[in-house]
Amino acid sequence: MNIEREYDIIVIGAGPGGSGAALAAAKKGMKVLLLEKRQEIGAPKRCAEGLSMSAMGRMGIERDDLWIRREIIGATIYAPNGEHIGVDYKDGPEGYILERKVFDKCLAEKAAGLGAKVLAKAEVTRLLKEDGKVCGVEVEFEGEKKEIKAKIVIAADGVESKIAREAGLDTTLKLVDIASGAQFEMTNVDIDPDRIEMYFGNDIAPGGYVWIFPKGENIANIGIGVRKPYAKEKAIDYLKRFIESRSGLKKGSIIEVNSGGVPVGGLMENMVTDNLIVVGDAAHQANPIHGGGMGEAWVGGRIAGEMAAEAIKANDLSKKFLGKYNKLWWEKRGNKLQKLVKLREVMESFSDEDLNWLVDYLKGEDLIEFARSSGFGKFAKILMKKPKLIKLARKLL
Amino acid sequence: MIETDKKKCLRCSACVGVCPQSALTLREHGIECDGEKCNNCRICLNFCPVGAIRMVEK
Repeated sequence: MNIEREYDIIVIGAGPGGSGAALAAAKKGMKVLLLEKRQEIGAPKRCAEGLSMSAMGRMGIERDDLWIRREIIGATIYAPNGEHIGVDYKDGPEGYILERKVFDKCLAEKAAGLGAKVLAKAEVTRLLKEDGKVCGVEVEFEGEKKEIKAKIVIAADGVESKIAREAGLDTTLKLVDIASGAQFEMTNVDIDPDRIEMYFGNDIAPGGYVWIFPKGENIANIGIGVRKPYAKEKAIDYLKRFIESRSGLKKGSIIEVNSGGVPVGGLMENMVTDNLIVVGDAAHQANPIHGGGMGEAWVGGRIAGEMAAEAIKANDLSKKFLGKYNKLWWEKRGNKLQKLVKLREVMESFSDEDLNWLVDYLKGEDLIEFARSSGFGKFAKILMKKPKLIKLARKLL
Repeated sequence: MIETDKKKCLRCSACVGVCPQSALTLREHGIECDGEKCNNCRICLNFCPVGAIRMVEK
């Protein structure tokens, strides 16, 4: 492996955030090294593998049959009492269920295709510092530790976010801002193969929801996210109970088990320090309502990669210069996501009875409108119809 | 400090992300806990999606 001693930019973590950063920086002519600690990029997944058309549009990538498992035409949302609302999108698929380990490799391939050097099973063991400033990484590869210098390090190391913390940025999430997730990929299950399903309820999934994301006629990712301030038990126990209570799922076979932490808040005003930028889950760039993070990470990564290249060209690697990344990201994504944090806070105050009422009252068209509009005015108006919810509704206005 | 049950742990690093002391690291063999940093707050134990963490004496 011809790994050099020095690069312009080292990116840590080859998920969508890291590959996006590596690609954007390589495109600007930077010499880039993209390191992945696991032996296989994209595996094991910590993801339900759903990507909406709008997220894909923001990513600016073309669909590729290599990584698409299923086209999704709608969603069904279940209230605690079992009543549901269906949303079908009339104009083509609304999203896809992917095969993450193929998708993530394809993204890394794109970065490599533009000249970035990619290396799997290469674990960063610590940051190198000079006069207190980050100047590279120590990486362990094939049992040997090597020091590699870089002008800028981009930390895309996932929800664990060890690198940012080592650089002095506090990225620890409050328990209310991170969901505890567990998932089984199951085959031979009776599911709706064309729609995602989401189940809400304070007994089913406190502070979160259960999802069924179909990957084929009878195969799906069946998972759960719960939040610890609300959940009394382990995520996997709630999930097992959900599956046990449904004969169409209970009879199935488990072909993969996943778990993970999902950021659903705690957006960071500052994601940079001298010579270092944080992106993706490590910077809590994920959707606070559904927890989706692939599109967010890729977009955050792209902005970071471009800013890093700009900083190197301007010969200014200071926190102040890199701070433009904060501004750009907040303009592009942060402000929108911050609104969703507010919506999440309102939603988590709903009792099961409120949720039942809401699902009974709402129509599919309302949901489409909510999903597509940027404000919550209409949603707030609906909540106002129930005296008990007026106070919550006001928070959205 | 904490110890992980290697038969239950899926090596997802969720515990690493919630540790307020930065005491945990994902290693090849599982989660490693730095006894000097760990203050026995039990956040990781409560958060672990699969219940693979238990407290042990330093």
